[in-house]
Amino acid sequence: MSTAFKVSTMAEMMANGETPDILFWVGCSGSFDDRAKKITKAVAKILHHCKVKFAVLGAEESCTGDPAKRAGNEFTFQMQAIMNIQVLDGYKVKKIVTACPHCFNTLKNEYPELGGKYEVIHHTQLIQDLINQGKLALEGSQTYKGKKITFHDPCYLGRANDVYEAPRVLIEKLDAELIEMKRCKTTGLCCGAGGAQMFKEAEKGNKEINIERTEDALETNAIIIATGCPFCNTMMTDGVKNFNKEHEIQVLDVAELIANAADL
Amino acid sequence: MSIIIFSILFSVAFYFFTKNILQVRSNILLGQKKDIKDNSSQRWKTMLLVALGQKKMFTRPIPALLHLCLYAAFIITQIELLEIFTDGFIGSHRFFLPYLGSFYVFMISFIEILSVLALIATIIFLARRNLLKLPRLNMKELAGWPKNDANLILIMEVVLVTFIFTMNGADEAMQNLQGSSYNFAISSHLAGFLFGGFDLHTLHVFEQIGWWGHLLMVFTFLNYLPYSKHFHIVLAFPNTYYSNLEQKGKFSNLASVTEEVKKMMDPSIDPFAATGNESEAPLRFGAKDVTDLSWKNLLDAYTCTECGRCTSSCPANQTGKLLSPRKIMMDTRDRLVELGEGKRKNGKEYTDGKSLLGDYITEEEIWACTSCNACVQECPVNIDPLSIIIDLRRYLVMEESKMPSELTGMLTNIENNGAPWQFSPADRGNWVNEG
Repeated sequence: MSTAFKVSTMAEMMANGETPDILFWVGCSGSFDDRAKKITKAVAKILHHCKVKFAVLGAEESCTGDPAKRAGNEFTFQMQAIMNIQVLDGYKVKKIVTACPHCFNTLKNEYPELGGKYEVIHHTQLIQDLINQGKLALEGSQTYKGKKITFHDPCYLGRANDVYEAPRVLIEKLDAELIEMKRCKTTGLCCGAGGAQMFKEAEKGNKEINIERTEDALETNAIIIATGCPFCNTMMTDGVKNFNKEHEIQVLDVAELIANAADL
Repeated sequence: MSIIIFSILFSVAFYFFTKNILQVRSNILLGQKKDIKDNSSQRWKTMLLVALGQKKMFTRPIPALLHLCLYAAFIITQIELLEIFTDGFIGSHRFFLPYLGSFYVFMISFIEILSVLALIATIIFLARRNLLKLPRLNMKELAGWPKNDANLILIMEVVLVTFIFTMNGADEAMQNLQGSSYNFAISSHLAGFLFGGFDLHTLHVFEQIGWWGHLLMVFTFLNYLPYSKHFHIVLAFPNTYYSNLEQKGKFSNLASVTEEVKKMMDPSIDPFAATGNESEAPLRFGAKDVTDLSWKNLLDAYTCTECGRCTSSCPANQTGKLLSPRKIMMDTRDRLVELGEGKRKNGKEYTDGKSLLGDYITEEEIWACTSCNACVQECPVNIDPLSIIIDLRRYLVMEESKMPSELTGMLTNIENNGAPWQFSPADRGNWVNEG
């Protein structure tokens, strides 16, 4: 099933003499990882449904350089950043939304010093704005009514950028029962993927970090583990599978919850 | 006579304390320059809240309350110490008493009550370390000197409080013999209980033992501090003042790399042209030794009191990996002390062939970090172990090209096709049409 609407690239918009209100920075996971692509679609559906004029960079998008910077390769990071800034500035981009907290953090905090100054928001913040503006109604949705949902804080959204409320407000809008894990918000435990760990085997230890974190989530007896990061999604999904609970517990992005509840 | 002895002790204690402080300062200044002067009102506010106000301690209420007892007693006892110093210099006895009258009694009583609470807290702290064996206070990086240091500090505090009560209790008993009383909250009871039945002369000896003992402990403590983890009682204040005020997710930008990258990417810049900044070029990218770290990293290391909140919240440490953010800070300090001593003895250019990375911190430790910022979040005095870890990674990757092989692949992919995986940029838009 392809999206039922057209997703324009910045190049196409520019060719038509149009300027989007916001650039949707899809990110590498969102573009290439099969699971994360579904999150990308959910975000696009929400943006389309709310009549937000958005565009993507398509083939002109490139890694923000986050994993290179966390791995210690400042050269590769800055090469990526400066190339991306040239593209973004070429299209006179002012505002960016992204569904990846790693892209979000890098674009928002690390690009300005290299000359790239944009208003950058996480998709949960944008969706919260859309609901507040009355552009997206969830009232009466039965999809998740009363269901137990726990939220796993992505480190690069929470501690790194102090965004704790937006995803929680959205879960509450679903009329669901939000159950916090014993470690949440500022004390939330990492899923194990940050700092370029996503791309390597963990060092020798006695446990995988995502298993430790999945145990926190299982303790809440939630049937849905919600998160707002494609890496966290992968780690938690693997964790749930490790406990053979994949038929009882879903790992979903907040955007997917919203898109499902709004029947998009 | 006692004025002379006091003055000598006082001068010696403060001479060595000043000397120690200057040594610590010169060690910290071995770090790289970093300009932290912006936003002073926000900085004062952070210091007041985090250091003076103990804000971040209260995420763990039990140790926070116990610590508060000690902290409050320590701060308020400085008033009594001021009087002890005054008495010492001019040979008076309870110099403030005639000036303050009943407020004096209130003040000393307040100090005494806090001191009892502090004594109880200290004993509980000793029990937590040695009997209950709390995991975070009994990890392997604390074996040997760090464990003894922690216990020694606590025992010194017990001795200190004991001397205060010996002094005040014996003094009260002397008053009682003369048919009066100071009415100090605790020692007026101790007078009868512990010091009843002694004659005036013996009580005077007890009072003097308390007074001199207290004084000697203070001077010892003062000079022990710069060698101890307990130095945080001083450095917590400057360290929180110089806190990172940016979002925790923002890693520092390496300006030296920006220069290089701009040269590479801008065809109009002559890559061989002299820029005039050559003398300021860094010796290396990232950090191999403590001298490559910023002075703030080094101040962090001296400020660390080894409480282990960082390590107990570290996902890597909790799952059995070698990484311990506390050990990163302890290693940084130990290495700095070693190198600083060497340089003082053998001159500024002295090197011993050792380095922080390799001789103290292993590659395995720094590669276990998920950069999740839990350690930074937890630290009650705003220490940032993560920035040291990243600087060590930068050295390994950019200077030695040493990293786990999967990361080499990831970096090559980013460089070749703009994604950490081997996918073509042309396929970035495929999600639109896929099921």
